[in-house]
Order: sequence, then C-alpha cells, then structure tokens
Amino acid sequence: MQNPLKLIKNGIITENPTFGLVLGMCPTLAVTSSAENGFGMGLAATAVLMGSNVAVSAIRKFIPDEIRIPAFIVVIAGFVTVVQLLISGYAPALDKSLGIFIPLIVVNCIILARAEAFAFKNGVADSLFDGIGMGLGFTLALTVIGAIREILGNGTVFGMTVLSPSFYQPALLVILAPGGFITLGILMGLFRNYRMKKKTENGGAGQTFDGWKELDACGGCALKSLCGGGNSMVVCAKNAPAPEAKTEKEADK
Amino acid sequence: MSLIALFISALLVHNILLSRFLGCCPFLGVSNQLETAKGMGVAVIFVTTFAAIMTWLAYTFILVPMGLEYLYTLSFILIIAALVQFVEIVLKKVMPGLYKSLGIFLPLITTNCAVLGVAVINMNEKYTLIESIVNAVGSSAGFLLAIVLMAGIRERIEMNEDMPAALRGLPIALITAGLMSIAFMGFNGLIK
Repeated sequence: MQNPLKLIKNGIITENPTFGLVLGMCPTLAVTSSAENGFGMGLAATAVLMGSNVAVSAIRKFIPDEIRIPAFIVVIAGFVTVVQLLISGYAPALDKSLGIFIPLIVVNCIILARAEAFAFKNGVADSLFDGIGMGLGFTLALTVIGAIREILGNGTVFGMTVLSPSFYQPALLVILAPGGFITLGILMGLFRNYRMKKKTENGGAGQTFDGWKELDACGGCALKSLCGGGNSMVVCAKNAPAPEAKTEKEADK
Repeated sequence: MSLIALFISALLVHNILLSRFLGCCPFLGVSNQLETAKGMGVAVIFVTTFAAIMTWLAYTFILVPMGLEYLYTLSFILIIAALVQFVEIVLKKVMPGLYKSLGIFLPLITTNCAVLGVAVINMNEKYTLIESIVNAVGSSAGFLLAIVLMAGIRERIEMNEDMPAALRGLPIALITAGLMSIAFMGFNGLIK
C-alpha cells in the first residue's frame, strides 16, 4: 500500500484535477458563483469519488476488461443517486442552487478518469485515499474560484461582507456566466506562469513551452487510454478528418 | 410558451454552452479546427435529439408508472450510452457516408454532459414530447453555433506570436469564451 498522505497530497497539489489535469470543466464554471456553492459541489463530488473508487477497486477482479466503462458508469450513477437524495433531504437550499449539476456529476470526467486510471489498477485502501485527495483538490479549486468570484461580484465570502458597499461597487458580471470563463482563464494563466517560472529555475526550457500543444481533444478525456490518446495508429476525433484510414481497414476485412 | 419562442430561447438566450455551461469539455477540446468543430456539432445535434425522445418515453411510460422517478440519473445515462452504440451501428450499415463524417465523434459524446443535461432539463421543466424535441434541437443547434464560432476565432488567434506563453491554449480559449458569453448576453431581451 502506498503512503496515504502522499496520495492525498498528490490529489490536492501535484495533480490537482482542475488546474493540473484540467478535468471537469462544466461544474467548475457553472457552480462557482459563490464560495458556498463551490464548496458544496466539491463535497458532493468528493463523496461520489470516494464511493465509486472504493466500489470499482473492490469489484475490479470480476469486471471483464471489455465492458469496464459501462460498469463504471453504472457504479458512479448509483452513488450519484444516493448523494442526490441525501442533499435534497438534508440541504434543500444547496440542492436548489446546484440544481441540474448534481445529476450531471455522473458525466464528470474526474470521476470516470480516476476509476479508469487509478481504482481499476489499485487496492481498495489506496483507491479510497486517492478519492479523498482528488476530491479535496477539486473542492479546494472550486472554493477558491467561488470565493474570488463572490468577492469581486458581490463583496462577500461565504455570505460575510468583506468589501463594504460604501466604497466598493460590486462587478455583477463576475458572478454571471462570462465571469466564470474569464476568472478561470486568468487563474489558469497565472498557474501556468508559476509552473513555467519554476521549470526555468530548474534549468528546463521554459521559453519553448507551448500551451496549444497541451490542449488537445483528448486532454481531459477519461477514455483516452481506450483510443490510444489519438496517436497516428488510431482514428481519433482530434486528427479528423481521417475517414480514408477507416475505409482501408474495412476493405481489409 | 410557443414552440418558436422555446427554440429561440434554447438556441440563443439560454445557449447551452455560453450560459448553461454544459458540454464545456468538447467545446474547449475539439474547437481547434473548423472542420472538426462542425462534425462534432452535427453529431451532438443527432444524438441529443434522439436521446431526448428516448429518455422522455422511458421517463413517462416506465419510470413514472412504476414510481421509480429517483432512478432517472441511472436510467438516462444507460439509455444514452446504449443509444450512442446503436446509432453508431445503424449509421454504419444504413448511411455509410454520414458515418464517415460523424462516426469518429460518436464515442466522445457519451460523456458529453450536454446530452444528459438536455434530457434532465426536459424532465425538470415537464415538457411534452414535442416541446422536448424542440428544446433538444434548439439546444444542440446552439452548441453547433457556439463551437463553430469558437473554432473560427481560435484558428485566427493561434497565429498570434505576441501572446504571452502562459496564456496560450486553454487560458486564452476560456477568456475568448467569456467574451463570446458577454456577446450572447445581448440576446437576453429577446424573450420575455
């Protein structure tokens, strides 16, 4: 078994799902209009992630390789239903503000990606700690983004007034949809800048860093390992149009 | 609400990408070429519309009579996953031409939250079958519109040599999406 603290730190800092792996963009953008919503969404996803990681890891020896993705989706959907019923029972206000994004945790790439990349290959305890770490990393990122948007757009954090309306005119746009895209874009730029500086200090070639290469169709896709991540041997949406390759294959058959 | 108003609302006012934040992963990932973006958009229209019909039928005629409404998440995602497979097989047999241009995008769509999102919105708003179809077509046409616009813009800004290295790729794509979202807010007054 790996060191649990190391696994948790890996999820929160080294491979932070939002800033590092760039997974699960939709809830990150949609529910971070306040720190409280971001925190609630993060905890809900953490609960699902822990449950699905443990369950997938426990039954990984019984699942045939070919149908593992549908099996993961069923397990995840089961836990999402449980979390959904708990939230609507015990936190109806949160249920109302998160709305449609609670059932959509099912298609959150983070959860499927961790089931595929980690839980299917590791033991139950390791998977549990990986789920906790990744979930907390996601929660942290959502809470930070939510807090920034809430301060700028409403002058409050977790409902407490920070910037008094007597001298600060809230920029409502930051809470609305465009603010989500722009805030995340700027934060990600700053995060990249920090990483590039660190790389240059360590003697790496920071100047040649090209962000366009890093962003590809398969970057955040949980099914990357299935299609080979779009290398030249397989047909992938990223390399479209490539129908010629496909017809040749069919002709061979 | 009349059907035309519903369509305009789904297409422009509540654009599924720029105001509801559904389907962001393919929006940011597959928008680097105009041709690819078009293919993805058409495939999404196809699957979303079929999925809206199937989930509406399953919800109204199976889940509600049996009192199993709380299982909608589980059943919707299974229906969508099976439907995508089914569409792929049928297209390959019946319309090989269309399959050639859309086929490679289909597996990506199972985990696209726009498809599940539209099905859940239809259920929450208690739309009839016709309204569900109109909402699905409008929403996914909005997806096509946004992703094609985005691809057009990105093809141009990728050429920009002066951009700071830290902003290249995803960060500038997000900021561009933000500006597009502001532009789409202008449609707010269209529907009362």
